[in-house]
Amino acid sequence: MRLLIQGGRLVDPSQKRDGRFDLLIEDGRVKKVAESIALPRGAEVLDVSDLVVVPGLIDMHVHLREPGQEYKETVETGTRAAAAGGFTAVACMPNTDPVNDNRSVSERIIGEAEKYGLARVYPIGAVSKGQRGEELAEVGDMVAGGVVGLSDDGFPVGSSELMRRALEYSRHFDLAVIQHAEDLTLGPDGVMHEGEYSTRLGLPGLPGAAEDIMVARDIVLQQDCGGRYHVAHLSTERSLELVRQAKTRGQSVTCEVTPHHLLLTDEEILSSNLSTDTKMKPPLRSEQDRRALLDGLVDGTVDVIASDHAPHHADEKDVEFSLAPFGIVGLETTVSLCLDRLVRPGLISLARLVELLSATPARILGVDGGSLAEGSRADVSLLALDRQVTVNPRKFRGKSRNTPFGGWKLRGRPAGTLLAGRRVEP
Amino acid sequence: MSGWRRKDLLTIADLSSDEIELILETAESFREVSRRPVKKVPTLRGKTVVNLFFEPSTRTRSSFEIAEKRLSADTINFSAGSSGLVKGEGLVDTALNLQAMNPDLIVIRHAHPGVPQLLAGRIAAGVINAGDGAHEHPTQALLDALTIRQHKKRIEGLKIGIVGDIEHSRVVRSNIHLLTKMGASVTVGGPRTMMPAGLGKMGVVVAHDLEAAIDGADVIMMLRVQMERQSRARFPSVREYFNLFGLTRERLKAAKRGAIILHPGPMNRGVEIASDVADGPYSVILEQVANGVAVRMAVLYLLSGVRAEEA
Repeated sequence: MRLLIQGGRLVDPSQKRDGRFDLLIEDGRVKKVAESIALPRGAEVLDVSDLVVVPGLIDMHVHLREPGQEYKETVETGTRAAAAGGFTAVACMPNTDPVNDNRSVSERIIGEAEKYGLARVYPIGAVSKGQRGEELAEVGDMVAGGVVGLSDDGFPVGSSELMRRALEYSRHFDLAVIQHAEDLTLGPDGVMHEGEYSTRLGLPGLPGAAEDIMVARDIVLQQDCGGRYHVAHLSTERSLELVRQAKTRGQSVTCEVTPHHLLLTDEEILSSNLSTDTKMKPPLRSEQDRRALLDGLVDGTVDVIASDHAPHHADEKDVEFSLAPFGIVGLETTVSLCLDRLVRPGLISLARLVELLSATPARILGVDGGSLAEGSRADVSLLALDRQVTVNPRKFRGKSRNTPFGGWKLRGRPAGTLLAGRRVEP
Repeated sequence: MSGWRRKDLLTIADLSSDEIELILETAESFREVSRRPVKKVPTLRGKTVVNLFFEPSTRTRSSFEIAEKRLSADTINFSAGSSGLVKGEGLVDTALNLQAMNPDLIVIRHAHPGVPQLLAGRIAAGVINAGDGAHEHPTQALLDALTIRQHKKRIEGLKIGIVGDIEHSRVVRSNIHLLTKMGASVTVGGPRTMMPAGLGKMGVVVAHDLEAAIDGADVIMMLRVQMERQSRARFPSVREYFNLFGLTRERLKAAKRGAIILHPGPMNRGVEIASDVADGPYSVILEQVANGVAVRMAVLYLLSGVRAEEA
């Protein structure tokens, strides 16, 4: 089984490549990369002369809702959304029902993903049993079941004692501990960022400090305990500065940001007339925070872009703003948003975007991917930089429609994925 | 003056100063109805008004109901205890069910900000916001404005001090929008623990003690301390609150001579305001209540789409 991917622009920062290259895929692996490869006998050809070829994109923060909340999303629909959105892999958070705090749930999720073969699914295991924040989950057994990181996402690891034990214990398996950084005692009733707009709307606020306090505490603990600490969906200027300082000290601290925190602010809640599709955690922050995140993207402090894809049923979102669940979907908008709003204006290069969406998440999760060097697995994403799209939530492959980006006109879109050299049909 | 075009009255933030002026003018003309021996005009005859109160309310609900009855509307009251909410029905379904009965106007009070907007977008009936969480309470600000104008003949150029629990107050938000749109200068004051973030961006001066807030004021507005919200470390005790932020005759000297005192009610005597001030010569608190009926009649009338000559 041989496939020649011919005539495309290859952007592979792991090999410092950005130019016209052909790729020969054999038995699911990259056999050869060269400016021109003669078509071997019996090989199929994929003509990508109008497309960009990049290492398979990885969204390291999604919620697939299975098991337990299949009315919002399933592994099948979530991976279909991933493939349609240009991703070859996702890492799914453990806040399912039951919680993914044990090997059998991890294995079930991976089994479902393999059944459909739309995208790879890397489960993130819970830090604590039942995500109750009390005692460590069976990390070793979960790793044997395929877990590639630890998080209590949906909730923070609130207890300092548990966090230090998690950082210590994770070192046996070289797993990142991914923190939903939020001090829940600060702004306990909050539903949006605390600032001018929460004041105007009379809505209880979630102060930026609630995130900063947790990031600061965790960085202190990481300094003492080691381990790899990763801040999920970082959203404030000060948290970013704390991560920047930790990196300067050489600490193993990384962070991800979401497209919505890069592109929207708390003003959106007022201007959308309290659309519940502007409600998520962490909340949309101030313009000052947003600009700081963009700076972090440019200067390298931000390691990863992840969507925090959080599907909710329309009935759950069609309620009072204060009562609506937190979260928006992102798998099918992330690539276009990044291409149109980050790459096209020249804020970051395409190579940098590939690092943010592929190479670095692969490294943090310790999974195969992020490179199309000869010999590597042929997980490939194709991008059409000049294709116009209008975001239409009704056409999403995922089950849920909760996005604030409906109607946005964007240039640049995903144009297909290959898993181990096999074309995926989402 | 231009006519009224809105289906709903949701916020003061949305209104232009012309629209505010129109409501106040209309309210002036309705004041007289309440002084007649037969306090009823046929303006809203055949119209159905639903009072949908998801939060307990005595004065606002009865004020609306009196206004509706004086305009000859048919009124129906739903309160939280009798609504579908108890049976687990969601807000949107409640709204659709009400709409199916084809009312003309819905007056809504709800604990969550934005609910009147949500409702207004779903139903054909006009929606009047009678208070949504800590967001807005438009008719309260309008009746306050009417009261201020009766005493001071204008709003433009007045100095107005508002004191109390700013963070939890919908009254203060509607008043800030209305008074600044009409050209008053507004200072708000209260304990720092009750001052929300970014308040200064709403076009007001922020003060942190009572004297500074009412310094040279033509109008003083005292806000109710919402005792039911005080479980979370906002101030140490009622006694201390009164000592620091209660309006007393002594403290009143900081204001301009002849300053009037407003309070949206219900009052906590001896907490935010001393009894002798509340009952004193410059208190206009009961006039506010009377004006509430006139303002609500005006709003009901304007939203009902009835032309002036039919009134």
